[in-house]
Amino acid sequence: MAIDAVVDQPLEDPSAAIHRTRKTAMWAFLGSEVFFFGSMISTFLLYRNTTLDGPGAEIFNIPFTSASSFVLLMSSLTMVLADHAFGNGDQRQGRIWLVGTALLGTTFLAGQIFEFTEFVHAGLTIRSSPFGSSFYMLTGFHGAHVAVGVLLLSMLVFFSLRGRYDPDQGMNVELVALYWHFVDIVWIVIFTVVYLLQI
Amino acid sequence: MAVATTTAPTASTSGLWSWITTVDHKRIGIMYAVSAFVFFLVGGTEALLIRLQLATPNGTLLSADAYNQLFTMHGLTMVFAVIMPIAAAYQNYFVPLQIGARDVAFPRLNAFAFWLFLFSALFLYSSFVVGGAPDGAWVGYAPLSTQLKEFIRMDYYAIGAQLLGVASLAGSVNFIATIFTMRAPGMTLLRMPVFTWMTVVTSFLLLLSLPVIGVGLWQILFDRNFGTLFYAAQAQGDPLLWQHLFWIFGHPEVYVLILPAMGIVSEILPVFSRKPLFGYAFVVFSGIAIGFLGFGVWAHHMFTAGLGPVAEAGFGLATMLIAIPTGVKIFNWIGTTWGGKLRLTTAMLFSLGFIAMFVIGGLSGVTHSIVPADTQQHDSYYIVAHFHYVLFGGAVFGYMAGIYYWFPKWTGRFLDEKLGKVQFWITFVGFNLTFAPMHILGLDGMPRRTYRYPEGLGFEFWNLLATIGSFLIALGVLLLLINLVKSYRKGAPAPADPWDGRTLEWTTSSPPPVHNFDEIPVVHHVDDFWYRKYGVDEEGRAVRVPEVTGGTVEVEVGGEDHGEAGHDIHMPSPSYFPIIAAAGVVVIGAGLTFSSTPLVGFTLLGLGVIVTLWGLMGWAGEPITKEAH
Repeated sequence: MAIDAVVDQPLEDPSAAIHRTRKTAMWAFLGSEVFFFGSMISTFLLYRNTTLDGPGAEIFNIPFTSASSFVLLMSSLTMVLADHAFGNGDQRQGRIWLVGTALLGTTFLAGQIFEFTEFVHAGLTIRSSPFGSSFYMLTGFHGAHVAVGVLLLSMLVFFSLRGRYDPDQGMNVELVALYWHFVDIVWIVIFTVVYLLQI
Repeated sequence: MAVATTTAPTASTSGLWSWITTVDHKRIGIMYAVSAFVFFLVGGTEALLIRLQLATPNGTLLSADAYNQLFTMHGLTMVFAVIMPIAAAYQNYFVPLQIGARDVAFPRLNAFAFWLFLFSALFLYSSFVVGGAPDGAWVGYAPLSTQLKEFIRMDYYAIGAQLLGVASLAGSVNFIATIFTMRAPGMTLLRMPVFTWMTVVTSFLLLLSLPVIGVGLWQILFDRNFGTLFYAAQAQGDPLLWQHLFWIFGHPEVYVLILPAMGIVSEILPVFSRKPLFGYAFVVFSGIAIGFLGFGVWAHHMFTAGLGPVAEAGFGLATMLIAIPTGVKIFNWIGTTWGGKLRLTTAMLFSLGFIAMFVIGGLSGVTHSIVPADTQQHDSYYIVAHFHYVLFGGAVFGYMAGIYYWFPKWTGRFLDEKLGKVQFWITFVGFNLTFAPMHILGLDGMPRRTYRYPEGLGFEFWNLLATIGSFLIALGVLLLLINLVKSYRKGAPAPADPWDGRTLEWTTSSPPPVHNFDEIPVVHHVDDFWYRKYGVDEEGRAVRVPEVTGGTVEVEVGGEDHGEAGHDIHMPSPSYFPIIAAAGVVVIGAGLTFSSTPLVGFTLLGLGVIVTLWGLMGWAGEPITKEAH
């Protein structure tokens, strides 16, 4: 019986190990989120034309939503810059990019609130048709994810300002960045399926 | 032995407060086990009431309303508050021990998941005192679950199941991170114990199926409370959507219930046969195959819903495919015992019982894949018989085997074997008396979820038999309870390795120290512990390696500079933030049930958000090990 003492994992630096563990967990969580949004997108596709003769996809303001989508996508760039600055140990500059990311996210949310108000005035509510129910549920839950992201970014800025930011803690720029990019990517799918794909 | 000092947590290690603030995976495992056992008694009592009602024709013990609440809560309890948490108990306690880790990846998230599970289950039960428990079956089919708005009962279903799902999701993320990144040196994926492997598979099943029902439960809640039209047929909403969302979760969920039990049995059979698991890789890959296929068969629960012949044929075929990996496992288990030196301990008896009962349940399951036959069986007692054979005769037998197998590791004491064997035979006979007649009742046309039946349909005898059997099961459970209490107090003391085990949990003391291992083991084999104890002679027989005695293993390899010797082991400090965050989340859920009185609802909602944020902020801001700073 050959005993091959293959040790495939050299004892690594504990700090690197915990980063690896946390990133694995975040990826697993994001995998779960894919199914969460996937179910709501499926629901929306099922009810895409079930408008009960009320307002449907024709009331979307594509130029406006394109602009707010652009704002959200740009926030991924600032998030990368924040992560880069924190990686270099430059927390002061990192904070600026974090605040920028949070502001871009807030702008997107403001755009969504404006848009929802317009749609409600046009007669599209969660009660008007299955189309309305599934539209507001999908975009609303996405908005809630953006809001949670803004909260996480604010917490990072708060911890950093108080000098309590520690990259070995769970509250970590890299993990928040993963989450934030995911929320942006989901929006690309939602924007395509809900707004652009009007057959 | 290398000197390893454990950084003592700040709080004391005994007393109520130490349990509330604990982040130790072993203590959390024990709390899961105790909670699951208590809910097992509650859910079992509900089952006995159901059986008493059905013992005779035109039963008068329960009203239709009470019956509906009881069978709904029986299902919800047994699935979400008994089998899932007892699986979580074993996984929490033994996965870190089996892979040679000191704890799970996120000890505080682990505590959060437990408290959220417990509070959500209690929240679900609080419905009994505020207007009645959910009464729309555990499947909660729309529009039945969305239309009866005069009651808030199904709101408790929608929110309770949602929160229990979040708790499981947190646990799954934790196990995936733990198993993929925290294995001991040399513990490659294909050297992991099968129980750990099955934990990987169930974690992925939960991770990817819970969000789907999560969306469905939100839709039910919104339909009931905020006037959305997801399932409103009068507004062209499609109730069939709920069935799809529910069963895309529901079918993987039944594998979530059974796979950990299969893992336990795959641990026990080799130990008590004194042979390695026959076809280890086949058992592991079959488990993975079951997990994959489990996502592609959900519509076999919906063959009477009118999906059309193409979909029905496709899902029927996929369902038949499931029989292949399942059959592979059964043959591998039989192959494991074949020619082995069997020791018929209670754990072994339950494992063998598991195989036999699961074969019966599996075969009746294959009959569901034949669409015309399933159309006849649908919603009859035949279905009830089938899933109790796989979930009680299968899963619960597996978990009972686990209790007898691992109790010495938990407590350092053996369970009483004589009492255990009596319990096995009573449970085994009682189980078959209860559920075998239901096959006949179902084929004779007795519908499930019906609170009484008239005389003269030929149902009387079999129903009476089933009721008698159910009380035998209750006697078996009572014996187990007595055994647990008695053995915990004064059972025979158990050494570190009481069964001549094969996996790493048996290398450490019984019960294990807080930090699990003084030195992290280095792994060279599947069943590494066995190969430390035994070599093989020319004829392939196991021969004890002389220098290792009595199950104690010298793990020291070098001097003080080797490995972690001489270093402090930093264990995470206790924390009360997880329980606060969990309480806050459940208060938010409670707030959502008060849509008719917005003032109360918003007050609870606001309070819940504040408490949750307090918990999460404190959690994020506190160092993991306080002394380290």
